[in-house]
Amino acid sequence: MFDTFLLESVINGILLGGVLALLALGLNLIFGVIDVVWICYAELVMIGMYAIWWLHVYYGVPLPGAIVSAVMVVALMGVLLHRLVIEPVLGKPPINQLLVTGGVLFFLQAAATLAFGIEFRNLGLRMPVVEFGDMFFSFARLLAFGTALAGVLLLWLFLTRSYLGTAIRAISQDREIMPLMGVDPRRIYLITSAIGGGMAGVAASLLVLQYDVHPAIGLSFGPITFMICVMGGLGNMLGGFLAAFVFAQFISVGGYFFQIEWGYVIAFAFFIAMMFIRPKGLFSR
Amino acid sequence: MSAAPMLEVRGVSAGYGTFRALFDVSLEVRAGEAVAVIGPNGAGKTTLLRVISKIIAPTAGDVVMEGTPLGPVPAHRVVELGIAHVPEHRRLFPRLTVEENLRMGAFHPAARAKFRERLDFVYELFPRMKERRNQAAGTMSGGEQQMCAIGRALMSGPKLLLMDEPSAGLAPVIVQQVFNLVKRIRAEGYTVLIVEQNIQQVLQVVDRAYLLEVGTIKQSGSSAELLASPEIRRAYLGL
Ligand SMILES: Nc1ncnc2c1ncn2[C@@H]1O[C@H](COP(=O)(O)OP(=O)(O)O)[C@@H](O)[C@H]1O
Ligand SMILES: [Mg+2]
Repeated sequence: MFDTFLLESVINGILLGGVLALLALGLNLIFGVIDVVWICYAELVMIGMYAIWWLHVYYGVPLPGAIVSAVMVVALMGVLLHRLVIEPVLGKPPINQLLVTGGVLFFLQAAATLAFGIEFRNLGLRMPVVEFGDMFFSFARLLAFGTALAGVLLLWLFLTRSYLGTAIRAISQDREIMPLMGVDPRRIYLITSAIGGGMAGVAASLLVLQYDVHPAIGLSFGPITFMICVMGGLGNMLGGFLAAFVFAQFISVGGYFFQIEWGYVIAFAFFIAMMFIRPKGLFSR
Repeated sequence: MSAAPMLEVRGVSAGYGTFRALFDVSLEVRAGEAVAVIGPNGAGKTTLLRVISKIIAPTAGDVVMEGTPLGPVPAHRVVELGIAHVPEHRRLFPRLTVEENLRMGAFHPAARAKFRERLDFVYELFPRMKERRNQAAGTMSGGEQQMCAIGRALMSGPKLLLMDEPSAGLAPVIVQQVFNLVKRIRAEGYTVLIVEQNIQQVLQVVDRAYLLEVGTIKQSGSSAELLASPEIRRAYLGL
């Protein structure tokens, strides 16, 4: 028997996977290149969501302008995060790096609470629903999926086709000889941080179309993003991309068979089981 | 008096932490010359090349390239002055393809403009690299990796090529090919400063050489003079 609702869940899972893939990609890029985990990554996304809400709802900036500004703000935050917080602890034990970026997480949460309060905020948009056969999909999700894939594709083209992108991949393989190539490693790290921040900003613009923003929203997708990266193999961008879709299916289809909360429980249980079976990630060789 | 040398190393001392690896080393390389620095393992040969390309800073002395003291030049701009360094153990980016490695060699703005032209030149010099251009560099044989490392250095359009033990770790037939290649590169008009432990063979392809032992220059002269030197024959050539 053909189950339209199951198919709808599978497709919704794919749509969710696109956004999760974009989220994971930014974090993976930073880890793969700079060898540091931005624990506060989801909080950068939260700041991006607030920036869009604030510019659009408060100041009446048209949505496209608000989104572009927010992406630039979060990219700049990525640069500042690297310059002020990461640079002093580069080469220090990983625990120090986790603690400082963890500190930034709480700082950003507290700053958002002070600035915007704990209320849930949204853009008050009424996004249409798209009907396809007997199935219904939210337009915001379709848009988010399309934009996320375009973002992933653009990043891939940049990393494989341009001089700067090639240098970003090269520096993770041999940092010491980069100056012999005429590359200033410090500049590459700052550019990479700007791109990682920019990806968080793009993710923010996709999420703010679907979800309310509040100071703790980072907690609702930060852990998932980390688990996706670990499952795909930290720093392995292709692995993270595929893992995002695996994870999204667990959440979406698991939520269809049980309840939505159970979808998350199943996804986390799968993650824990995988950590025993393949601790280096699903796609490790 | 002939014109000023292309590269001058003036009284350089350098080391790692409190350890001194070079003591007041001076040498020069003239345009069009091929010069070798020979000496045993641990003599400081690699350290000397690292000082020249500014991977490490000297504690005393300076390096001058065509009249420009390198002291105030940032490390990543040395290559723009025409110095390319083929590092010890080749140091290719193993997961980048051959062509991507070559692209990295042409990173600086002036080199990017000539990328196509120089890529054709490198592929003509090493047809093997053209065949393997989409292969991950780390999956090639040692000899092929050495070609790629030299090609990558040539992509920057250097005047002076620094080579750190290009024959190390290669099979004897391949070693001979590498030295033939050094001759070929000279014939193309590049100035070469090469570091080697393979003394007999390197002295066949260079004009002059310096003997470096425990961080100090012990002898220098033309290849013929060093080949005839009793100390070198006894200590290094086993004669
Ligand atoms: N990164 C380093 N840290 C500490 N000591 C080093 C380092 N590299 C080289 N050395 C020491 O410096 C000396 C010179 O080394 P090197 O220049 O590599 O010699 P060579 O290339 O002639 O074999 C050696 O005693 C070596 O142990
Ligand atoms: Mg050496």
